[in-house]
Amino acid sequence: MKDILTAENVSRRFSPHVTLGDRIAGLFGAKLDRRPVMAVTDVTLAVQRGETLGLVGESGCGKSTLGRMLAGILEPSEGTIHLNGVSPMQAGRKTTTRIQTVFQDPFASLNPRRRVGDTITEGPITHGLITRSEADSFSADWLAKVGLDPAYVSRFPHQFSGGQRQRIAIARALAMQPDVLICDEPVASLDVSIQAQILNLFLDLRREFGLTTVFISHDLSVVRHVSDRVAVMYLGRIVEVADAHSLYAMPQHPYTQALLDSVPKLSLDGNIGVTFQPIRGELPSPLSPPSGCAFHPRCLKAADLCGRQRPRLEKSSNSGLVACHYR
Amino acid sequence: MKPALLQVRDLRTHFETRAGTIKAVDGVSFTLERGEILGLVGESGSGKSVTGFSLIGLLDPPGRIAGGSITFQGQELVGLPQAEMRKLRGKRIAMIFQDPAATLNPVLTIGQQMMMAVQAHGGTGQGAALALAERSLTRVGIPDAATRLNAYPHEFSGGMRQRVAIAIALLHEPQLIIADEPTTALDVSIQAQILAEMKTLAQDSGTALIWISHDLAIVSSLADRVIVLYLGRIMEFGPIADVLRAPLHPYTRGLLDSLPAMADPGQKLRQIPGSTPSPLHVPPGCPFAPRCAQADDHCRSDPPPVGDERHGAFCHYPLTGPA
Repeated sequence: MKDILTAENVSRRFSPHVTLGDRIAGLFGAKLDRRPVMAVTDVTLAVQRGETLGLVGESGCGKSTLGRMLAGILEPSEGTIHLNGVSPMQAGRKTTTRIQTVFQDPFASLNPRRRVGDTITEGPITHGLITRSEADSFSADWLAKVGLDPAYVSRFPHQFSGGQRQRIAIARALAMQPDVLICDEPVASLDVSIQAQILNLFLDLRREFGLTTVFISHDLSVVRHVSDRVAVMYLGRIVEVADAHSLYAMPQHPYTQALLDSVPKLSLDGNIGVTFQPIRGELPSPLSPPSGCAFHPRCLKAADLCGRQRPRLEKSSNSGLVACHYR
Repeated sequence: MKPALLQVRDLRTHFETRAGTIKAVDGVSFTLERGEILGLVGESGSGKSVTGFSLIGLLDPPGRIAGGSITFQGQELVGLPQAEMRKLRGKRIAMIFQDPAATLNPVLTIGQQMMMAVQAHGGTGQGAALALAERSLTRVGIPDAATRLNAYPHEFSGGMRQRVAIAIALLHEPQLIIADEPTTALDVSIQAQILAEMKTLAQDSGTALIWISHDLAIVSSLADRVIVLYLGRIMEFGPIADVLRAPLHPYTRGLLDSLPAMADPGQKLRQIPGSTPSPLHVPPGCPFAPRCAQADDHCRSDPPPVGDERHGAFCHYPLTGPA
């Protein structure tokens, strides 16, 4: 398969914004914390044409920041991102529009003062995919494709429920005929019955359009359901990548293993009881990540070496990549 | 036979709005024994949180209890004067909320807040109150509790803040704790820690627990019994194992089928069609009828009866056979 979207040694640093007030306070001896936060560190990743790559991790692991860099919304501090061999950030809007994003909150991502038909057609008209006279039938078509009544084109977002709005957001993204679709927690704010409808729609559209997708979520079961390959992130780094089946069946990294174990499972055979195993300790602050392997203070397998030396991402026995000394 | 710890009969909580009356809770009945863990499951708008708020007397206007009774340790709570309710709240019934950042006062130290919670129910000196606070923090797994009493909420992580909220709820060793989605805002690894601790605490202290959640998997690993709510009505109730193994109501079945874990990866999920109707226009008859595959005219016009058995469903045509 061919790589369509690649990230090479990508890092993203956020430096604290120092205001005038902070500086004045500093003159009087207040402590100023100017340490930058490394949201994403040295990530190398390739998305292949037609695949769905899942990106999982807990809050603060950098999965959304990485998604935004892949989408060309954020510029990497270091490293390069290429879409079909060109860097979207440098090539400009012609290329960035080849990547579209569906965001988590469908209440914030749609313009409340704009009719949904206009929301769907704005991009395609601006970039010359369709003409203004085609707009009405175009938006009606797209509403039908995402399972909404085409007569809704002249409605406003407030007339829709959360699940319906997410369908509109998906229609808006796909109407640009993107090469890659980035979904950042697209079902996190939806009820389970609506979540199932959106996941089904997503699976249908993926088949119909042969979509290449990066699917970001904290929900391991959702990611497993839609992904071909899964990358697990911890404190800004990828700790394991493998095809979805092997990753869930035979996790190689202790963090992946622990994360899978910590999710309460539903057992239908009447075996009720505690079905999960918590990870000890808390996520360390990304301001001062632990030395060596970032997971070592919480890891049951950790030895001396783990605190001293950071493991590299290397081939694992399940044909993926894993960053652990004792895999 | 000893009366149940909590007996709720035909509870109705209504919100009068300009657009009409919203029946957020519409005829909910259940009993809870000492030390029992009850899961209250439903999607948004099902009335699960409003049920919790009704029990502890924290309904904001225009919400009001329009009917039914809540008997707690033999005492009727519906219509109880605020002053009486305040004596009870925090002492014998405690609540843990979803957002720990909004529960704690940001300008007071944890110790000050906990001391206030102890002294609100009188008779405890400052030293004794602090000692109680420290013991409570230690119980929920906060290391170095004596020092942490002097910390402010912003110095704690989200998981630690929720632990503090739980410690406050435990201060008076209440007979009943109502937990309203306390782990929803937390990461899975922290959620697992809190769930495991809550289960142990309930077992050790004999405290009854009402666990409100949208997540059946969480409830299944915690609760003894479960109630499934939809549009303010009970759809199904029973021991958790029975409800999961052989759900009687098509809505429960639909909720289970909606979970990605229930299908093979990449395969379509068996979804429930449509979406929850507006609470202003609850369908007559069974509220789930418009979305139910096996509903007929009978379902659309007549509300089904609620059984009194151990495991029952609010349905004219309950499902048979295991999942």
